[in-house]
Amino acid sequence: MLNDPIRIEALNYAYGEGELRRPVLRDVKLQVGIGEVLLLTGPSGSGKTTLLTLIGALRAMQEGSCQVLGQELFGASERARVSLRQRIGFIFQNHNLLGALTARQNVAMALEVTAHYPETERLARAGEMLAAVGLADHADRLPAKLSGGQRQRVAIARALVGKPGLVLADEPTAALDKVSGAEVAHLLRDLAKSRGVPILMVTHDPRILDIADRVVSMEDGRIVEKM
Amino acid sequence: MNALTDNLRALPGASAPAPQGKGSVSLLDWFLLPARLAARQLFFERARLFSAIAGVMFAAVLVFMQLGFRAALFDSATRLYAAMQAELFLMNPLTMASFRPEAMPRIRAHQALALPEVAQAVPVYLTQAAWRSPETGAKRAIQLIGFDVEAGAMRFEGLDNISDALRQVDAVGFDVRSRPEFGDVAKKLAEAGPFEVQIGNRMMRIVGTVEIGPSFGADGNLVMSEVNFRRVVRGRDPANVDLIAIRLVPGADIQAAKARLKALLPGDVLVLTQPELVAHERHYWETATAIGFIFGFGSIMGLIVGMVIVYQILFSDIANHLREYATMKAIGYSNFYLARVVMASALILAVLGFVPGFLVSIWMYDFVGAATFLPLGMTLDRGVTVFLMIFGMCALAGLLAMRKLRDANPADMFA
Repeated sequence: MLNDPIRIEALNYAYGEGELRRPVLRDVKLQVGIGEVLLLTGPSGSGKTTLLTLIGALRAMQEGSCQVLGQELFGASERARVSLRQRIGFIFQNHNLLGALTARQNVAMALEVTAHYPETERLARAGEMLAAVGLADHADRLPAKLSGGQRQRVAIARALVGKPGLVLADEPTAALDKVSGAEVAHLLRDLAKSRGVPILMVTHDPRILDIADRVVSMEDGRIVEKM
Repeated sequence: MNALTDNLRALPGASAPAPQGKGSVSLLDWFLLPARLAARQLFFERARLFSAIAGVMFAAVLVFMQLGFRAALFDSATRLYAAMQAELFLMNPLTMASFRPEAMPRIRAHQALALPEVAQAVPVYLTQAAWRSPETGAKRAIQLIGFDVEAGAMRFEGLDNISDALRQVDAVGFDVRSRPEFGDVAKKLAEAGPFEVQIGNRMMRIVGTVEIGPSFGADGNLVMSEVNFRRVVRGRDPANVDLIAIRLVPGADIQAAKARLKALLPGDVLVLTQPELVAHERHYWETATAIGFIFGFGSIMGLIVGMVIVYQILFSDIANHLREYATMKAIGYSNFYLARVVMASALILAVLGFVPGFLVSIWMYDFVGAATFLPLGMTLDRGVTVFLMIFGMCALAGLLAMRKLRDANPADMFA
């Protein structure tokens, strides 16, 4: 569909130059539909993380076409890419919360990047979002005072509070134990589904495959298998 | 979990489309939001904050002391001239500094009187002689100032009270602000009245006190009449004087009088207004000695040390928070925003370090001023100057540290 959040055609990407040039993505074609939860799996070095960073506008494109939320990323300026990132919710392997800020302030940081809301509303929305991830009682704690699962839930709140058009997640459960990993994955899926936000998640974790609408596997820079 | 999601569905606007486009950022938010983040991060790590503040404070105190000494040197060096109350002065063009004057013919004073606007022309004799301490017998150089004590052209503090007494044979007035090595003359005077001291090779009598203050060139001062000056300084030709102070009639135009004097007098004398005389003396200390340069250099060293400390703090702060900064870039913060965070950190440190540095410096001025008898004191000018220096120092450190932000690559966050 034309208004799919992610539309990738004939995307190639390589690291290095000249003799050292090492292709990591070859002729990738991928589409993610509205509200779809797509899991990207595959062995290390298969290029899935590189693909994620390209979609997240964190790297400059080399070849092909990649449209994210209607923005063509091939040849996009740094300014356009920064602006696109503001419309994407990122969740990382590590929570990467700012240690000096409380959970609520961390979540509000995602709203501070644009001038949509005044301060009181930013904090109110952050509070609502933290309640939605079950951390209403922990909103004013520093990340150091939270458990790993709680921190990752704060990260989910941060990713979703700005009402992104897309969520990109990189092994969000890798640092968590089985129970909290599954909890976090389901929470993310449920929250995204309820808002119609598509998720593209890179994961090795077989325990969370059940949250996916679709699982795509990558090998040696190519998409090899669709389930 | 399901209860949670149900809860979420009930949230207003939960499924509304993401807001598109950028709102306009007010100027206040443009700087205050990064500054708030900077402050939160600085105050989060107190130990680091205090070491940074101590570093900035140290730099501020160092610069304050250097500039204070520099100003005190120039003030004290010119104090003798600043205390003289006359509109114009004649001086030998070869005179470099007051403690080593070149003589000129006394007749120039009489020639100056030819102009109707000149009310008085008072010859002044300057030299240094040995003061033998009445207590220990040790010798010490002291500045002698000989002039017509009744002319009123020289108005040192306290001179009026003793001008009659100075007319007596061998009478001298002692500068009570001289360094303490000359002994507690004021106390001795109060207890026992006038007493004798050996000046050069003659016993002179201290009959009273004036206030002038020591300088880098002279540790102390003695004032006396012309006649008594000649009694102390044997072999001194009274026809040669070191300075001529000219008082004009009230209401006379100083610049016009200066021009007329210049035209009237031969080229072996300089005609100077009092500010010019002070500037001439100051110029000697600034250029002919390394002292002015040394204190300027010391100030720069202080700023460099402070800058390195602030740079180190900011740099390691960025290095330690690289993942967090990369995350901020990933979620849509621009490089420029993060640069503003770093700059705000630098400027917060500048203010937090300057304020205690300023207060400590005021205290140090008192302390060091009491120990050295130099006119050390805080001035608004110097406070503002040093603040701008510290501000610039921190801003420069911030600019240097900012380069580290490039290492915060959001693509590395997915590894």
